[in-house]
Amino acid sequence: MSLLSVENLKTSFGSVNVLAGVSFKVKPGETYALVGESGSGKTTVIRAIAGLAPAQEGSVKFAGQEIRGLPERALRPLRKDISMMFQDPVGSLSPRLTIGSLITEPYRIQGMKERDLDAEARRLLQMVNLPAHFVDRYPYQLSGGQARRVGVARALALEPKLILADEPTAGLDVSVQGELLNLLNDLRERLGLAMVIITHNLNVVRHVADRMGILYLGRLVEEGTTHDIFETPRHPYTRCLLSANPEPDPDARLNRIALKGEPPSLLNRPAGCEFRERCPFAQEICVQIPQWEVQDGHGLRCIAPLTPEVTA
Amino acid sequence: MTETLLEIDNLSVVYETSRGDLKALRDITFDIRRGEIVGIVGESGCGKSTLISSILRLTAPNMRFRNGEVRFKGDNLLMASNRQMRDLRGSDISIVFQDPMQTHNPVISIGQQMVDIQHRSSASVREKRARAAKMLGFVGIPDPEARLNQFPHEFSGGMRQRIAIAMALMSEPDLLIADEPTTALDATLEVQIIERLQELQREMHCAILFISHHLGVIAELCDRVVVMYAGAVVESGDVREIFHNPKHPYTRRLIECDPGHFKERARVLPTIPGEVPDLADLPGGCIFRDRCDRAMPRCASDVPPLETLKEGHRAACWLNHEEVPA
Repeated sequence: MSLLSVENLKTSFGSVNVLAGVSFKVKPGETYALVGESGSGKTTVIRAIAGLAPAQEGSVKFAGQEIRGLPERALRPLRKDISMMFQDPVGSLSPRLTIGSLITEPYRIQGMKERDLDAEARRLLQMVNLPAHFVDRYPYQLSGGQARRVGVARALALEPKLILADEPTAGLDVSVQGELLNLLNDLRERLGLAMVIITHNLNVVRHVADRMGILYLGRLVEEGTTHDIFETPRHPYTRCLLSANPEPDPDARLNRIALKGEPPSLLNRPAGCEFRERCPFAQEICVQIPQWEVQDGHGLRCIAPLTPEVTA
Repeated sequence: MTETLLEIDNLSVVYETSRGDLKALRDITFDIRRGEIVGIVGESGCGKSTLISSILRLTAPNMRFRNGEVRFKGDNLLMASNRQMRDLRGSDISIVFQDPMQTHNPVISIGQQMVDIQHRSSASVREKRARAAKMLGFVGIPDPEARLNQFPHEFSGGMRQRIAIAMALMSEPDLLIADEPTTALDATLEVQIIERLQELQREMHCAILFISHHLGVIAELCDRVVVMYAGAVVESGDVREIFHNPKHPYTRRLIECDPGHFKERARVLPTIPGEVPDLADLPGGCIFRDRCDRAMPRCASDVPPLETLKEGHRAACWLNHEEVPA
């Protein structure tokens, strides 16, 4: 059974349709990555799941319970099970609170005051490999990587079943990025966490995600196991994204396929396939609207998908 | 051999703090030849930003030059007058900053901003607008004339960064400093920017000093690479030498840590354990020794000099000096 099930989720801000029907499922203990360009709706998806952004249509089921559109009072107990790691690690920590009170704030909000908060803070810091004396520090005294760890500790405080992580490694140095990914992988195994990770760094996706979905203009265009998507991407957009991943080797032969133009405006969505105008493989048939089709667990929204020969 | 454009010679810079001098840059030496793309790679706190401020002499109030020279076309910029520096900035040397969202004034149209920065030119506004439109077209903005009337929020992040590049190139500088220009952008946009910079460099022959912690971008774009750690150059050389034959353990570990290396899912990604040393209280010997997997007794006592190992390839490590016992 799925822990999280998102069905046909739609969000508009005024007349801008940011999410045009997003569906995916996450099993307990699974890591699902959402990948896409700026403006594709990645952040809106997880904010809508957490009840931080409106979703006018569709369904978000957590452990079988419908949670879309619940009032704040009804959402609050659920926030024990679903926690969020925000994109900006320093900006998401109040500068006037100590690290200790920041990571135990979830207990106070949930009314779990009977706990020994100081001991909890030390336990959480230890869990993310930070020294216990950090409880008395302030956010400005931390490096970017340390602030990320505090964000992880806070997200883990209430022992959630699902973590929604918005760009968890953006702006980190490679060695610190490795530490954070190792930490997330480790915690996931020990605590059986499920995660939805948003990122545009494909190197990160490969190492943390079991499955991934590619978002374009607020719709999934392809979905599958991370291995499948990297090995045999079938949507031209996925292929372009993967080929745009610079390799740390000056002699890497990049079989790069250039994306044409800019992402279209959400106010003026193209007719037919919405990727058509930028697609290097577009054909006449692409004026038709492609439907979402699933074959062997690999979902695709493309009338003229790539064959494995093109992909190789 | 091509003419040298910029020479950083033994540059040492400190920040005066209540804890004493923070030795942000120590004996930095490298050069950039005309039309060349040099990458500076290093983690947060390695001194990349201090280096840029030193070249442009946009210095914090508590920053002090302690030693060395920054020579641009042979003139030591550290001795230049404020007036001379002002003439140089934005004309001979321009810069593209990290965050394309905050580079432009949000309440002035792109066209007006591009006209404003040509204040040194005596051309008419009409001519300046025409130049601005030409530059926008040059960096791949479609329909540039109409776009001049638009405001920054009407452009995507990638377009805004390309506009910033267009503005930096308006004066046809000899040196373009690009400070992590792709960090805030998606992979597809990152590639757009890299390819555009490569084209521009070919067409305008300006040299580029490209600062990044993204090894993939450095590998793809740069001719030569300077690796910095804790305020010092630990290795420099041709991009292929650096990536295929690194001679400093830090460079080697940095490359190993890049997840782009692993085509299969890795259970545990490699990291560099430990922390960067305190720049106000530097340990003796090699600055990397506490985190180095091949440290020797000598590394604790003597600072390894940056030595030329072969043509253009320099590294500061005792491992290159002695026969290492098997």
